[in-house]
Amino acid sequence: MATRGFTGRPSGGDQSERIPPGQHLVDYFPVLTAGPTPNIEPGDWKFTLKIGPRPVKAWNWAEFNSLPMTKMTRDIHCVTSWSKLNTAWEGVLIDDILADAGVEHPTDFLLAHSFDGYSTNVPLADLASGKAMVALKYEGKAIPRDHGGPARLLVPHLYFWKSAKWVNGLQFTERDEPGFWELRGYHIYGDPWKEQRYSGD
Amino acid sequence: MIEHTTPIGWQIGTISEIVQRTPSIKSFFLRLAQPFTHVAGQHVDIRLTAPDGYSAMRSYSIASDPSRSDTIELVIENLQGEVSAYFHEVAVAGDEIELRGPLGGHFLWPEHESGPILLIGAGSGVAPFMSMIRHRRSGALTVPTALLLSARTRNDALFAEELISSEDGDPNFVLALAITREAPWRASDFSRRVDEAMIKDVVGRMPSAPSHVFICGSNGFVNVAADGVLASGLAPSVIKTERYGG
Ligand SMILES: Cc1cc2nc3c(=O)[nH]c(=O)nc-3n(C[C@H](O)[C@H](O)[C@H](O)COP(=O)(O)OP(=O)(O)OC[C@H]3O[C@@H](n4cnc5c(N)ncnc54)[C@H](O)[C@@H]3O)c2cc1C
Repeated sequence: MATRGFTGRPSGGDQSERIPPGQHLVDYFPVLTAGPTPNIEPGDWKFTLKIGPRPVKAWNWAEFNSLPMTKMTRDIHCVTSWSKLNTAWEGVLIDDILADAGVEHPTDFLLAHSFDGYSTNVPLADLASGKAMVALKYEGKAIPRDHGGPARLLVPHLYFWKSAKWVNGLQFTERDEPGFWELRGYHIYGDPWKEQRYSGD
Repeated sequence: MIEHTTPIGWQIGTISEIVQRTPSIKSFFLRLAQPFTHVAGQHVDIRLTAPDGYSAMRSYSIASDPSRSDTIELVIENLQGEVSAYFHEVAVAGDEIELRGPLGGHFLWPEHESGPILLIGAGSGVAPFMSMIRHRRSGALTVPTALLLSARTRNDALFAEELISSEDGDPNFVLALAITREAPWRASDFSRRVDEAMIKDVVGRMPSAPSHVFICGSNGFVNVAADGVLASGLAPSVIKTERYGG
């Protein structure tokens, strides 16, 4: 339905094929978070990999920083409708975390957990094969607190709530267990190209 | 917890009235083709579509009382952006607007009995709190509630008249205005930006420490307010924030 009198602003031009349906381009970096912004010192930072309830390996900040580093420049898409192109990240691929722990494919699903109690579910297929990382740098610098520093998950091909800020662990689960927003009305998978914003979409 | 297994579809809301609330904020009353009942704190998504098919979508909190479900009130601040400028400069009564809702399952007035509730907002960030306060009033709820509302001047304090009259005659509702660029309005108000001491002062006016804190506004404001709440000794787990994106 056309809205009377609405013309919209000039489109993203030849970039428009990179913007999923219902999204608009921003050049700044909006912040959306459901609670207070945690303050985590690298000395207090710890990342734990679990299979079900069982911890398999944990890394402190120095240990985690000695894992292989990978750079990734990707477009990101927030469910509140903004998209940002060419965001540059650096961190540890999920593949490299699993390899360091000697874990291959115990189940098909994972939950990412964060220092503030946040969680989000992502299938292994969307984390492995170079698709996702635990990012430690944004645009060449430490990730600002507001954007999830010291470390955040980056799963750029899904809506950005899947890229958990202040991430402190990954947990393999038997089934696809809904996380924080997935329990609060948001889509279980969250593919921006299919506009999977809310459950039922 | 909000669960919807059937999709929440798009529908039409017809603008029935537009009211200028402050120099930069207007209320838009939308009559819904398919009325719904929301939980105070929820929002709708609005979609504007250009003749060439281009569309722009944004979220707006519902400011009206949940029990009045055929018409919803949205309060939109003119940020000179794509969608807010359309509402302020182009939209008139009778226009049909596409929307879907109610949405959001976190920033919600507690359905079950709870301890005291502290609300902290700035600018148009008072919108979800109006729905909560109106819900509280129309339901004659007695849960102790305090609202700390920050605005540049008295004229920018959204819904100030209605809030002040809500406070009169309700011993369980406390209103404190933080007017940042003018002298305080009333003796119980402040004339500076929200800070830790102010939050402690407002918490001290409540019968006991709040069991829920809701903070809404720009990201910068929300961070300052959340840090103040934490510094006054409340746990991070009682704080819910809604950031209007910038
Ligand atoms: C859940 C939710 C509820 C909301 N409820 C309300 C509500 O009740 N009332 C309300 O008025 N708004 C609300 N908002 C905000 C609203 O959705 C829009 O974001 C807002 O109206 C601006 O949209 P726009 O199209 O006018 O501006 P856009 O064109 O999207 O521009 C966004 C704004 O960002 C600013 N901006 C541009 N660059 C930068 C930068 N580098 N840094 C910071 N800012 C920048 C622009 O000046 C502009 O003001 C809500 C947002 C959310 C997520």
